[in-house]
Amino acid sequence: MSLTLATARRVLAQLRHDHRTVALILILPCALLGLVAWMFHGTPVLDQFGPVLVGFFPLFVMFLVTSVATQRERSSGTLERLMTTPLRKGDLVAGYALAFGGLAVVQAFVVVGFALAVGMDVKGSLGLVVAVALLDAVLGCTLGLAASAVARTEFQAVQMMPLVIIPQLITCGVLMPRDQMPQVLEWISRVMPLTYAVESLQQLAGGAGWADVRGAIGVIVLWIVGAAVLGVATLRRRTE
Amino acid sequence: MTGLLGPSGAGKTTLMRAIVGVQEQVTGELTVLGEPAGSPGLRHRVGYATQAASVYGDLTVAQNLHHFATLAGLGRPAARLAVGEVIEAVGLGDNTRQVVSTLSGGERSRVSLAAALVGRPSLLVLDEPTVGLDPVLRRDLWSLFHRLVADGHTLLVSSHVMDEATRCDRLLLMRAGGLVADTTPDDLLAQTGAPDAERAFLTLIDRARSAEGGAR
Repeated sequence: MSLTLATARRVLAQLRHDHRTVALILILPCALLGLVAWMFHGTPVLDQFGPVLVGFFPLFVMFLVTSVATQRERSSGTLERLMTTPLRKGDLVAGYALAFGGLAVVQAFVVVGFALAVGMDVKGSLGLVVAVALLDAVLGCTLGLAASAVARTEFQAVQMMPLVIIPQLITCGVLMPRDQMPQVLEWISRVMPLTYAVESLQQLAGGAGWADVRGAIGVIVLWIVGAAVLGVATLRRRTE
Repeated sequence: MTGLLGPSGAGKTTLMRAIVGVQEQVTGELTVLGEPAGSPGLRHRVGYATQAASVYGDLTVAQNLHHFATLAGLGRPAARLAVGEVIEAVGLGDNTRQVVSTLSGGERSRVSLAAALVGRPSLLVLDEPTVGLDPVLRRDLWSLFHRLVADGHTLLVSSHVMDEATRCDRLLLMRAGGLVADTTPDDLLAQTGAPDAERAFLTLIDRARSAEGGAR
C-alpha cells in the first residue's frame, strides 16, 4: 500500500512539472465545451450534446495522458528499474490510477461546473453527473494503462487512441439512436462503456435518478476493473 | 568488485538483466546472494543501473532519489539521509533541486547510478556506468566503487573499456554470449604475456576465435 502511495505521489510530482498536461486535462475539455455552447447559442442543442461531451472528454483525455505516460515509463528504462525493486505490479497500476484518479476528480468538477455555467441544463442529481464523469476519467486511465502494454513506442501509444476511443464515440448512440443501428453495430454499442456513460448522463440531464442509471454505472465500473486487471496482467517483470 | 568485460553484443547486458531478474527466457540455474535470481526477497538487496540513464527526466535529482529510496523500503528520515549521502557520493551536491532533463548526459548517468545506490543494496549491478564520462569523473567514480566495496557492497560492473579491468578484483570476459575467461587482472597479464589489459583481452578473444575455428 505504501508503495502504491509512493507511486501516486511520484506521478503527481511529475505532473507538477508538466503544465501542458495539466492544461490538457483541465482546460481543454472546458474550451471545447465552450466552443459547442457558443456555436449553438440560444438553441437547445447543448442540453442534448452537453452530456455527451461531459462523458466523452474525460475518457478521451485521460486515455491519451495515461497511455503516453506509461509508455514513456517503458521506453525510458524506468519501468525496467522499477521491476528490480520491491514494487509490485499492482502497486504501479494502482499508483497511476490513484494519481490520475485524483486529477479526474478535479477534472469532473471543473468540466461539469463549466458545462452548467455555459448553460447545460441538468434536471437530475448533479452529484451523479460528477460521479459518472469521474468514472469515465478513471476508465480512460485504466484503458490507457492496458493499451500502453501493446504499444512499443510513444507514437504507437497515441495511435491506440483512435483505435480504442473513436469506435466508442461512433457507436455510443450520438450519431444514430441505438435501436436504429444495424444489428451488429447495436451489439457493439451495448458492449462499449462510453455508450453507458453517455446514456446515463443524458438520462440524468433529463431528470432521471439513481435507480435509472445504476445499471449503466455498474457496467462502467466493470469495465474499469477489467481494464485494470488487464493492465496488471500485461505488465511483465521479465522482458526480452 | 567483479568486472564484466567484452565487446558490444557479447551478452553483458543480458547477463546483468538475468541477475537482477528482468530478463525473459532464462534457462539453467542462476543464484544471487544464495537465492534464485529474480526472487522477490532479492529486490531489497540488489541495485541495478541500466546502461542508459533510467530516471525520471521531469523530476528533480532529489525527487528521483527519494522515490527510489522509498521503493527500497527506507522510511522518510532514513530516505532523506540516504539521498543526501548518495548525492554527495556522486558529486551532484550543486544539482539537488535541478530537474533531471536539464542536466548534462554525464550528470544524468550519475543520477541513475545514485538511484541504484540509494537503497543501500548488498549487490550493485552497474551496466557501463562510466561510458561517455570524462577521465576525471571516471577516476572519481572508480574510487567511489572502491569505497563501496570497502563498506561491504558487492559490485558487478560491466565495461568495454579494457583499462578499467585493472581496477577490479575479479574479471569475467565474455564474447558472443559465452564466458571466455574468469580471472584476475594479474593472472590475465601473466597468462597472456601481454603488456596491458587491452592487448591481453584481444589475445584471449583471438584464442577463443581460433579454438572455434579449429573445432569446425
